Amino acid sequence: MAYEAVIGLECHIQLKTRTKMFCGCEVEFGRPANWNTCPVCLGLPGALPRTNITAIAYALRLGLALGCDIRHESVFARKNYFYPDMPKNYQVTQYDLPLCEHGTLPVVVEGESRTFELMRIHCEEDAGKSFHPERVGDRRISRLEFNRAGTPLLELVTEPVLRTPAECAAFLTQLRKLVRALGISDGDMEKGQLRCDANVSLRPVGQSALGVKTEIKNLNSIKGVEKGVTAEIDRQRRELESGARIVQATLLYDADHDKLAIMRTKESAHDYRYFPEPDLPVLRVTDADLDAARAALPELPWVREARFVSQYGLPPYDAAVLGDSRELADYYEACARGGDAKLASNWIMTEVLRVRNDRGWPLEKWAEQVPAPRMRAFLDKVAAKELPGPVAKQVFAWMADEAGSVDELLALHGIQVQGSAEDLRPLVLQVLDENPGPVAQYLAGKTITIGYLTGAVMKKSGGQAVPQVVQQLLAEELARRG
Amino acid sequence: MSRAPNETWKLGAAALAARVRDGRVSVTDAVESGWVGPASMWEHDVNAVAHHDAEVRREAAAGASGQGPLAGVPVLVKDNLCTVEYPTTCASRILAGYRAPYDATVIRRLREAGAVIVGKGNMDEFAMGSSNEYSAYGPTRNPFDLSRVPGGSSGGPAAAVAYGLVPVALGSDTGGSVRQPASFCGVYGLKPTYGRLSRYGLVAFGSSLDQVGIFARHARDVAVTYAVLAGEDGYDATTRLGPAPDVSTFAAGVKGLRFGWPANLWAQGVDAAIVAALERSAIALERAGAVRVVLDFLPGTYGVAAYYLVATAEASSNLARFDGVRYGFRHEEAADVRAMYTRTRSEGFGPEVQRRILLGTYALSSGYYDAYYLKAQRARTRIRREFQSAFAQCDFMLLPAAPSLAFKVGEKTDDPLAMYLSDVFTIGANLAGIPGLTVPAGRTSENLPVGVQMLGPEDSEPNLLRAARALEVGGDVALLSTDEDPEFVWPTKR
Amino acid sequence: MSISREEVQRVAELARLEIAADAVDRVAAQLSGILDFVATLDALDLGDCEPTAFAPAAAPLRADVPDESRRLGPERATAAAPAAEEGYFLVPPIVENVNP
Ligand SMILES: [Mg+2]
Ligand SMILES: [Zn+2]
Repeated sequence: MAYEAVIGLECHIQLKTRTKMFCGCEVEFGRPANWNTCPVCLGLPGALPRTNITAIAYALRLGLALGCDIRHESVFARKNYFYPDMPKNYQVTQYDLPLCEHGTLPVVVEGESRTFELMRIHCEEDAGKSFHPERVGDRRISRLEFNRAGTPLLELVTEPVLRTPAECAAFLTQLRKLVRALGISDGDMEKGQLRCDANVSLRPVGQSALGVKTEIKNLNSIKGVEKGVTAEIDRQRRELESGARIVQATLLYDADHDKLAIMRTKESAHDYRYFPEPDLPVLRVTDADLDAARAALPELPWVREARFVSQYGLPPYDAAVLGDSRELADYYEACARGGDAKLASNWIMTEVLRVRNDRGWPLEKWAEQVPAPRMRAFLDKVAAKELPGPVAKQVFAWMADEAGSVDELLALHGIQVQGSAEDLRPLVLQVLDENPGPVAQYLAGKTITIGYLTGAVMKKSGGQAVPQVVQQLLAEELARRG
Repeated sequence: MSRAPNETWKLGAAALAARVRDGRVSVTDAVESGWVGPASMWEHDVNAVAHHDAEVRREAAAGASGQGPLAGVPVLVKDNLCTVEYPTTCASRILAGYRAPYDATVIRRLREAGAVIVGKGNMDEFAMGSSNEYSAYGPTRNPFDLSRVPGGSSGGPAAAVAYGLVPVALGSDTGGSVRQPASFCGVYGLKPTYGRLSRYGLVAFGSSLDQVGIFARHARDVAVTYAVLAGEDGYDATTRLGPAPDVSTFAAGVKGLRFGWPANLWAQGVDAAIVAALERSAIALERAGAVRVVLDFLPGTYGVAAYYLVATAEASSNLARFDGVRYGFRHEEAADVRAMYTRTRSEGFGPEVQRRILLGTYALSSGYYDAYYLKAQRARTRIRREFQSAFAQCDFMLLPAAPSLAFKVGEKTDDPLAMYLSDVFTIGANLAGIPGLTVPAGRTSENLPVGVQMLGPEDSEPNLLRAARALEVGGDVALLSTDEDPEFVWPTKR
Repeated sequence: MSISREEVQRVAELARLEIAADAVDRVAAQLSGILDFVATLDALDLGDCEPTAFAPAAAPLRADVPDESRRLGPERATAAAPAAEEGYFLVPPIVENVNP
């Protein structure tokens, strides 16, 4: 029997607010254990929460970007369960009255546009961190610290609308791109800023009722999601094909060994005893709040990418690469607008991103060294064919480390560009005279020899001629001799 | 007319602060007065104090400004209010020795007003009780009759004010825990409007019901302390916004105020001495110019049911944090963290607390939320409406604080339900979020204090205090004098 | 309404409390008694009564500004801990390694 998978994702997005969800402790990484703690986020007796206004503004931004219905009066609730990294042994989250519901995320999967429905987005607080004994012989003790406890999270839950691991990967990639574009999260999965659990079930193709689902936790990279979901689909298919029943369970995915481990089955499921958090008022969102959030919305990544295609004539692939982050897209547009947009795309996608990767520079660092106007001036010279290829690459390399205009850099390094037609014409004539054979071949119709002749001119110019110019001059002179 | 220094302990808070401010009494003498004079003889028998430290007290006195509305006034606070200087244990083994690293907002405000915290008052464990018998430090006794309870759960602070250790004390009132012990101990006890006093630093029991409350021996002192404490707090999102009502009018009299007389409310089951005290108080209010309005007001016992569901459900969640990980007691021999939780909590919490956690956990557990917690929250709305329609006819109502006088130690500990039902007159205010004030109303022939309670709509503290003051000066309350520095009246030791 | 022994055990487990075997019946009886009493709520007509909420209607949210005055740091955070080391809280091993 053929089976299809039904997958729903639960994503946790860590917001990059200055302070935590319910207290004034800073959200920072790399501090000593328990550095950023206070009575509230440590769950000390008597402490009370107070909601961070920026976390709510960010939640509204995401909700609006995804076209969610925003609830004007949403309610925080306590989710009660005992776990040592939860200081109060309940999590303040939202339950039956979340801030955002419905909405969709548009995604391109393998070249095809898809739209995935969302169930809800709500605000909650993160837990602290626990460290367990790992090896035999380690001290039988776990260590806890709470710097992360109380960090604002958005939990985004999809409807069970994904079908393949590739869709999951594309969904997460798009979500990551969106939260970065909105400026609400860095979305780095390796740093836990974007986390994902997947609910997976299988059903015979053609059946509409859902099968028994399992939940995979610990999917901490997009590759991991893809591999973990793949492994679980395979496992469930094997079980079903062998005639076994799927048992509702929680599984952990071990990315290092590409293995799933069953952690808990339904029999020991939790009873969270949700009830409205009595320490917090109803969360009221006014029309003014929504207007402010709307005003803070940038052009959404998928809208921008479509515009890159239509406005600048870029291939969708280029648009997707350049649209990967808001900063990159902004930089691109500043370089492309009014100029040669495709040329700008080529240079940024290949050369700029190479520098970024080779040197480990964030884009901001590059943009600081080569601000868009400087890059634009460079690109204009390339477009005007004033810089032959090898020279252009050389100038570009100098720009990354040195100040000055293109002309200043050339002067500084003692390079004279023989770019103009009149400079080159003598060289062209000389080459034609020296190569009667290829000239004859060309005139006999074997036009491909123009490549050889171009190379010869380039060589004579010491690599400083512009190939297109050379080719044009050659064509002119050859026509004259024909 | 100066007093001998050794009489300082008898002064009310406002009177004492006035003397400290103008230099007639030093802060140290003011603070030490209760600990060195005749009052100090009582503590051994009464057991009102859970934690104190003479050195800390003297240092705090030495560091106090001697200025402010409560200049030099010694204050005992219930052991569920966080203080840096003293342990905060909620009279529970699970918090044995715990020291909070921060002060509750009300504690900070007391200090800013010149007061000196002298220690922590005994209480029922986690404020769960009506007799102060459920304490890790042993029961508190009623200073008027050591064989009787002082009421609870703020029994320690109530008794300490009654026997003269301090002129003012703070308690907390979730279902009557200030007003009922005030009536048992013959002192004033105010539960303010929900949200008027910050709960930041008050160890939570039932978050939507809890309020910090004030004990004092004079209406004026309640008013002064309320004025110091009330108001919005950025650390408590449930505090009401804007300025608190102005209680400086407490001496303005009651002419023209209408007081409700819910005639059928205590027809059954209320001690005759209390009914008589209510009648005397009503007559005194009428003599002072207030108008009696007979009310048909009968909230019934469903309020008690709603109260016990809401309070225990919230408590089951609030008390989950006591797990032996970050503070307090830990059972040391568990092999894994889950066993550590269970052992720690089973050994750390007393039986009444465990009973309520179980009840609350049950009420919230899957399948029961709608039937219990949600229904109880809806019943609160109905109770609120009943109060609202009553207060459409009157400015406040007069009623018992408890159906009985102080009962004997051990009398009710075996029957939790009977203990719960004795809160029938006080829980309405917590469920509806309205203020309530217990006023002393004389003594029985056996010298047991009798109190009466007044309830008003939200933010009616000024009217409640006007009425309290009117009864203080004109009531049939011969034990209290009427001059500016009313004399303390000694409870008779039996 | 009577609560069974099993239900008492289930609730105790949820609450991380341990009830001695010989006390389960007594606790079940006490809880059942209280629940019988609580059943008086069932007789009420609460048709138009929304659940009560007391927090202020328009509570301002907290500005996203660090509050250094309340920060504890490792030493004060762990000062009251039964076991701590180098700023970490120590607990017996956490066996259930899935945080729900
Ligand atoms: Mg969640
Ligand atoms: Zn904090």
